[in-house]
Amino acid sequence: MSINLKTIKHISKLSRISVDEKKAEKLADDLNSIFEFIEKLNELKTENVEPLTSVAETTLKLRSDEVKSKDKREQIIKNSPQENEDYFVVPKVIE
Amino acid sequence: MSDITKQSLSELIKNIKEKKISSTEVTKAFIERSEKSKKLNVYVTEDFSVAIDKAKKFDENPNLDLKLPGIPMAVKDLFCTKNVKTTAGSKILNNFIPPYESTVTQNIWNEGAILLGKLNCDEFAMGSSNETSYFGSVQNPIDKDLVPGGSSGGSSSAVAAQLTPITIGTDTGGSIRQPASFTGTVGLKPTYGSCSRYGIVAFASSLDQAGPMAQNVKDCALLHEVISSYDEKDSTSIDFKRNNYSKELTNNIKGKKIGIPKEYRVDGMPKEIEDLWKKGIDYVKDCGAEIIDISLPHTNYALPTYYIVAPAEASSNLARYDGVKYGFRATGENLIDMYEKTRSEGFGAEVQRRIMIGTYVLSSGYYDAYYLKAQKVRKLIKNDFDEAYKKVDAILTPSTPSSAFKIGEKTNDPVSMYLNDIFTVPVNLAGLPGISIPAGHDAKGYPLGLQIIGKAFDEQNILNIAYAMEEKINFKNKITDWWIK
Repeated sequence: MSINLKTIKHISKLSRISVDEKKAEKLADDLNSIFEFIEKLNELKTENVEPLTSVAETTLKLRSDEVKSKDKREQIIKNSPQENEDYFVVPKVIE
Repeated sequence: MSDITKQSLSELIKNIKEKKISSTEVTKAFIERSEKSKKLNVYVTEDFSVAIDKAKKFDENPNLDLKLPGIPMAVKDLFCTKNVKTTAGSKILNNFIPPYESTVTQNIWNEGAILLGKLNCDEFAMGSSNETSYFGSVQNPIDKDLVPGGSSGGSSSAVAAQLTPITIGTDTGGSIRQPASFTGTVGLKPTYGSCSRYGIVAFASSLDQAGPMAQNVKDCALLHEVISSYDEKDSTSIDFKRNNYSKELTNNIKGKKIGIPKEYRVDGMPKEIEDLWKKGIDYVKDCGAEIIDISLPHTNYALPTYYIVAPAEASSNLARYDGVKYGFRATGENLIDMYEKTRSEGFGAEVQRRIMIGTYVLSSGYYDAYYLKAQKVRKLIKNDFDEAYKKVDAILTPSTPSSAFKIGEKTNDPVSMYLNDIFTVPVNLAGLPGISIPAGHDAKGYPLGLQIIGKAFDEQNILNIAYAMEEKINFKNKITDWWIK
């Protein structure tokens, strides 16, 4: 298989990373060589293998739903690139 | 005491406990040496004046019952430290000040240690040479323009150069063990679930583990004992009985069965690595252990599996960097444009590459062919280890297929860079503990490491084997302080 520029443009949209033509070409080259390497997995028959989703064979523990961390609003907002009182500010989304 | 920075962690603790030196003297000594070592570029953030204040405070009323009494140390910049900038080596987190502390670092401060600063690493821990960091490459103290390994490259370099007595790194595919091997230091990747992931900037959550890095096995065991804990803030943290790893450390490994996997004899492996491995086998035999040939038949499929699983998880984890709540933001014409420019300008090339791979393998129509396939092969890889551990107690392999390479040597070829992790990646995929110890030098005088892989939760056993081997190997790091004028 081969990843073309159209696919790169599609993935870049999905991952919300803008790419120009030059970067897209470089990415296509890189991804093709990486996928060539990944294709090795097709040598293996895996129809009857259960997928491994977690190495830790434990069930999730339950805990009571209590607030343990409070009054952090100010500290959290402070890390925002743009804020207005208690809100994060983003570019206008409604005309 | 002029040679404070040359002392091991155990020696420093002993001297502080016997009041032969103060925490302030120790802290100042490491800071002074760090100031002279800027060329190595190990620090992203220095917190030196605060460290001295904390050391003075410790000395006023020293609690000598703690495990790390007044010991200064720097940590990888992937651990969130409350009120101290945490970047993950990325432009996108260049100005991020966490309002909370990671559990692993909190465990360290609770035992009396003092933060010196935050250490350079590959961006979001994605890299094997520390060259993907937004804050520049790190020099390996072994030789000029040599990579220190990665992603915990600032950590390995800082320990080898004696700028910190010990440190912590994180290991997703080899990021503790490979840099330890490249710098002649000891690095342990614990069992998945042993150390809490809370407050560690996430890369690939089913593989990420924090672990200790030190100059010798005993120091490594002590630090591991401090950082390993059950934590309800990490849903994959495992509640099991943890040992007093340093207290229970023994060099008696008589009768232990050590497996040698034939599939680790990879094509093109340098003869000096093969020789080192043979030497390692002789050392464990000398210690009274028994050598057993084993097979891990799916070894060759580990890297391709890793390069599906890790980028897939990374693409999901890194979706949170959108320029809204924290971190860098680029200007855009509208919301979507702002997201796309922020992520394009904020992430470096390797991170973008991996997000793209991950997004692709998870995208509609490809999920079964790639991600599901990789999860199935991951199961086969884990089964290989389960089968092997019916016959052996631990497995001995080289840590890396080569010694450290030059800065810039492999940056243009991602696949050749990925091959660095060929011996370490299977361990993460199976969630097992692995330790790298320095075992010899190549013809250039660069260090080479051997890796001991254990059963899940059997850190004590691999620490013991490493401890016994360390005594036989008697490794001396060749460091000339070339970077200090």
